[in-house]
Amino acid sequence: MLISSRILTRLSILPLLAMLGGCDIVLLNPAGDIALQQRNLIYTAVGLMLLIVVPVLIMTLVIAWKYREGNSKAEYDPDFHHSTKIEIVVWGAPIAIILALGAVTWIATHKLDPKQPLTRIDASTPLPADVKPLEIEVVALDWKWLFLYPQQGFATVNEVAAPVNVPIRFKITGTTAMNSFFVPALAGQIYAMPGMQSELNAIVNREGVFKGMSANVSGAGFSHMNFKFHGLSQQGFEEWVAKAKAGTDTLDRTKFLELAKPTEKEPVRTFASADPALFDAVVNRCVEEDKICMRDIMHIDMLGGGGKAGINKEQALRMGLCTPNAPYGSAFYSPIREDVTKNEEKQAG
Amino acid sequence: MSSIPETTTFLFGRLSLDSLPLHEPVVVATFCGVALGGIVLVAALTYFRLWGYLWNEWFTSIDHKKIGIMYVILAIIMLFRGFADAVMMRIQQVWASTGAEGYLNSHHYDQVYTAHGVIMIFFVAMPLVTGLMNFVVPLQIGARDVAFPFLNNFSFWMTAGGVVLTMISLFVGEFARTGWLAYPPLSGIEYSPGVGVDYYIWGLQIAGVGTLLSGVNLLVTIVKMRAPGMTLMKMPVFTWTALCTNILIVAVFPVLTATLALLALDRYAGTNFFTSDLGGNPMMYVNLIWIWGHPEVYILILPAFGVFSEIVATFSRKRLFGYVTMVWATAVITLLSYVVWLHHFFTMGSGASVNTFFGITTMIISVPTGVKIFNWLFTMYKGRIKFDVPMLWTMGFLITFTIGGMTGVLMAVPPADFVLHNSLFLIAHFHNVIIGGVVFGMLAGIVYWYPKAFGYRLDPFWGKMSFWFWFIGFYFAFMPLYVLGLMGVTRRLSQFEADTSLTVLFGVAAFGVVLIAIGIGCFVLQLIVSYIKRDQLRDETGDPWNGRTLEWSTSSPPPAYNFAFTPVVHDLDAWWDMKTRGYKRPLAGFRPIHMPKNTGAGIILAGLSTACGFGLIWHMWWLAIGGLAATIVAAIVHTFNYNRDYYIPAETVASTEEARTEALAKQA
Repeated sequence: MLISSRILTRLSILPLLAMLGGCDIVLLNPAGDIALQQRNLIYTAVGLMLLIVVPVLIMTLVIAWKYREGNSKAEYDPDFHHSTKIEIVVWGAPIAIILALGAVTWIATHKLDPKQPLTRIDASTPLPADVKPLEIEVVALDWKWLFLYPQQGFATVNEVAAPVNVPIRFKITGTTAMNSFFVPALAGQIYAMPGMQSELNAIVNREGVFKGMSANVSGAGFSHMNFKFHGLSQQGFEEWVAKAKAGTDTLDRTKFLELAKPTEKEPVRTFASADPALFDAVVNRCVEEDKICMRDIMHIDMLGGGGKAGINKEQALRMGLCTPNAPYGSAFYSPIREDVTKNEEKQAG
Repeated sequence: MSSIPETTTFLFGRLSLDSLPLHEPVVVATFCGVALGGIVLVAALTYFRLWGYLWNEWFTSIDHKKIGIMYVILAIIMLFRGFADAVMMRIQQVWASTGAEGYLNSHHYDQVYTAHGVIMIFFVAMPLVTGLMNFVVPLQIGARDVAFPFLNNFSFWMTAGGVVLTMISLFVGEFARTGWLAYPPLSGIEYSPGVGVDYYIWGLQIAGVGTLLSGVNLLVTIVKMRAPGMTLMKMPVFTWTALCTNILIVAVFPVLTATLALLALDRYAGTNFFTSDLGGNPMMYVNLIWIWGHPEVYILILPAFGVFSEIVATFSRKRLFGYVTMVWATAVITLLSYVVWLHHFFTMGSGASVNTFFGITTMIISVPTGVKIFNWLFTMYKGRIKFDVPMLWTMGFLITFTIGGMTGVLMAVPPADFVLHNSLFLIAHFHNVIIGGVVFGMLAGIVYWYPKAFGYRLDPFWGKMSFWFWFIGFYFAFMPLYVLGLMGVTRRLSQFEADTSLTVLFGVAAFGVVLIAIGIGCFVLQLIVSYIKRDQLRDETGDPWNGRTLEWSTSSPPPAYNFAFTPVVHDLDAWWDMKTRGYKRPLAGFRPIHMPKNTGAGIILAGLSTACGFGLIWHMWWLAIGGLAATIVAAIVHTFNYNRDYYIPAETVASTEEARTEALAKQA
């Protein structure tokens, strides 16, 4: 009864496998070279592990069957509870596999680090040295994606395109909650976080329309935070850019703050031009006119801080501003800075 | 997000009639059902005059056996709530994959998966693990109770307090909509201004106090109260895993408490630990919560490993293979569990060196885990295996957990994780190891130790039915999710664009959930049928499985004092050793036994803490401060209770032991 039910379970997988014929298993059939390398890594890792897992599963079934109570032919040795030989194998074999997998991990994690610029177009084509990557800036809003093209000077919402076989460098940030920028056909995901800038290098190797999404829950409109990634020919891409820039909408700070208001199921739209300083302002959380930029706060803090007076925004700015009389900012000469210098001297001397 | 100004009153804080879900028919219907059931239960208890019995024999009991049983009952009740959440999710996803809106919008769906995760981890898995350890460990080490019996009772009621707050959130207010770990900024006051995250925080803080104290209790018990002769390397493996589990609890639960306290300060006092502005950093929360979160899953799985070690040895009629290795493997897993936490967020952008380090440490953990599996297999090898229900659960575990472990090591490779993180592949993986490991282990442990607790075995037919429906149901429910993850479907989605391939796979998963539901039903039937047939299933000897460890030397159920005389241990598998050497129970020379008294202080303290929590959630500051003050006062008052012990007279011990001698003689 034991074995036949197990066979039943195995058989039940067959109709499931048959149904898979109609599925688009994008991770196993990606359109981008990075995702392809990640897929190959999945195959390698699973293959290495099956070297242990398959024997274990077989052993489990065989041992259970052979040494069942009803089988009086099998040897019963109640005192067999130790064997150095077996210990060496059961520690050694997994250690060997993990050493191999660890080496693969080291190499692959460094090669496929999202910040790592691309070195090849696909498996058979290295990247020529003079190719400049297409820069796309990504902002996660509630609950849509804003894409800025700094090199072309325009922006889109919930739609992004790139020419085939041209490396793309995504610079990614968020505004409210933590999201995750993910186009499964292209490359892995990376978190889009307010006040932080993440980077993702990717490339699309064939034309098509691919699904993009947020892969980290961020609130009410999260399920609809999807976008389309278009892989286009060079000509198709230029036509797409031209069409976007032919519109009338411009994306300035006021428009951005409008856009940033929470909405769901936002339709695709384009902005013919976009403020080139906007993305940097988003990352530094100072799109609003009356907010001090994070980089200025960090600058002031690095100089020793504005002290209690620094609570006043104008005072703080003045402390950090460089002038001919105070080339490193007046905070450099603040009392706090004196203490910092005194401590450094004390530690040195 | 717009912040709606809240109207608060002094008496009710921000609680108002709007907090009741009167516009939601499903919730109203649920409430009516629960209220009806509650009224029936209360009426029955009153009619049969059981309140006194319940209060004196169970609620105020400081007996580790009774407390262990109460933990398990609490867990099984909460399993129904958590499983209902799962059913709701499966239905919504199969419906929404046709492109329709379904019946759960994001506002509700997000609460459902958050509650599902919180309940299953904190109020099903943790109480099961704590309950089993509580019941078994003192018996296995030859002790009469845990080191701090009152603390044990208090810990249970604090866990129950967390349950109460979570259950109230269904009918008064709402629950968190952030996922079970409540990452900021989403869980901060700006994006979750309502009461949901506050229910989450205070429910877990109260339950967390209970768990931490339980960890201290069991740790001290194992270290200080082992029977003479039971050195560490002669302890049963389940006690070893309990020791390592409680070391983990004591070390990491304070991290959860501190992290949730910081989040609470952000929400209540306007601090900026985890905000995006003014110096805060949400990534700090992610790190801290997973520094707790990863050891937490080892807290859940190690006792399950211990259960399987006991069962495999007992039902293979053989000593456990490689005891020393098992102990070392457990210790290595315990230590390594502290250095892997970042694998939960490889995609947060730490850079290649950091990701590689944590990826490799995660892979290293699979080595001692694999060694354990081999040791179980070689225990079965050349054994004489009896496939009673606990052994069936073990077989299910060996197959299922191996597959789940493999997908885990796969995701430990950072670039692979970049495409699999937060997808349904991840969901399938952790359900694979938690169901295949923790759930199967706890159900196996319940069936294994049930005769010891209640004096009769569980009905084998319904036990087998329960196993097969769970086992087959699991594969139907979660194998499609692996495929969905590979198709790029992410987690926590309540809406989809129409896609037939999704509908097919979600449909198969829903079918699997139906099978699991039948499995749970069979488990409950098993309990009921066994109670009805308890005389036929009676365990007369106290040793129904021909066991190897000390708990099987007592009667079933054991007397309140467990052992009339503290046993002296000479070898591993102490009871087996005693049986082989022809051990004879002492029949005379009984002495009075010193026992702790029952007390209501635990339930009172926990109740006051829960009231304080409710006040904090609803901004009823008089209730929060008053509840806290009352808790402190009650705790101080309890320290003046000098009437907390008594002696079981020698005559009572003698007559209890005589009754057992007669019962054993009738068997022989």
